[in-house]
Amino acid sequence: AAALTGLSTSGIAFADEAATQAAIDAFAAGAEVGEGRISLTAPEIAENGNTVPISVDVESEMTEADHVAAVMILASGNPNPGVITFNFTPMNGVAAATTRIRLAKTQDVIAVAKMSDGSVFMDKKLVKVTIGGCGG
Amino acid sequence: MATKPRVKVPKKAAAGDVITIKTLISHAMESGQRKGKDGNLIPRKIINKFTAEFNGATVFSADIEPGVAANPFIEFNVKVMESGTFDFKWLDDDGSEYTSSKEIAVE
Repeated sequence: AAALTGLSTSGIAFADEAATQAAIDAFAAGAEVGEGRISLTAPEIAENGNTVPISVDVESEMTEADHVAAVMILASGNPNPGVITFNFTPMNGVAAATTRIRLAKTQDVIAVAKMSDGSVFMDKKLVKVTIGGCGG
Repeated sequence: MATKPRVKVPKKAAAGDVITIKTLISHAMESGQRKGKDGNLIPRKIINKFTAEFNGATVFSADIEPGVAANPFIEFNVKVMESGTFDFKWLDDDGSEYTSSKEIAVE
């Protein structure tokens, strides 16, 4: 992590707001990003950034006509903001998923849900990281 | 090295139940951001895609980037209406494919 810590001050090694916004814009495909419906659960403090549990939950009937198509997770302060995209189908019954992610430093974790009708909803949580998860 | 994946699926359920599936595969998830002892970046090598099929139809998938922790764990749900087989597949950057299958009896 030492090498990356050195670079972080230059702003080169870590994703910036622009990269995060670009990823959200690409995912939203022109739709306005709303609030509500999606709920991101993440710890307030992560002692070890190498493995941080996160869950997403989206309100949806999960029918063929009206379901959650995908949820994208972004880590705005990682070298690359993209973390994972969950692709749902009506067969999931509920739109929820859990995984474990890496966080290089204290930052906002962002979850963006895209519905089958194209509408988009976002939630974010600030996670304070004690030990960065950037390897090395 | 990835080893045999571990998957938890209930052995039986009632029709219409929403079951929880937990999956984990042992994998270093080398991010491509880390430097080795020689000072050079260690090339990226991660599991980049996970897919779950039920009776041949994709029910859930995930596009994975280096921001996912080592030994990627993914938990999700499926509403089961009939008995059948789940097939899980993990794709490695090096082209390797790891698979696991589980049966469920639905009454």
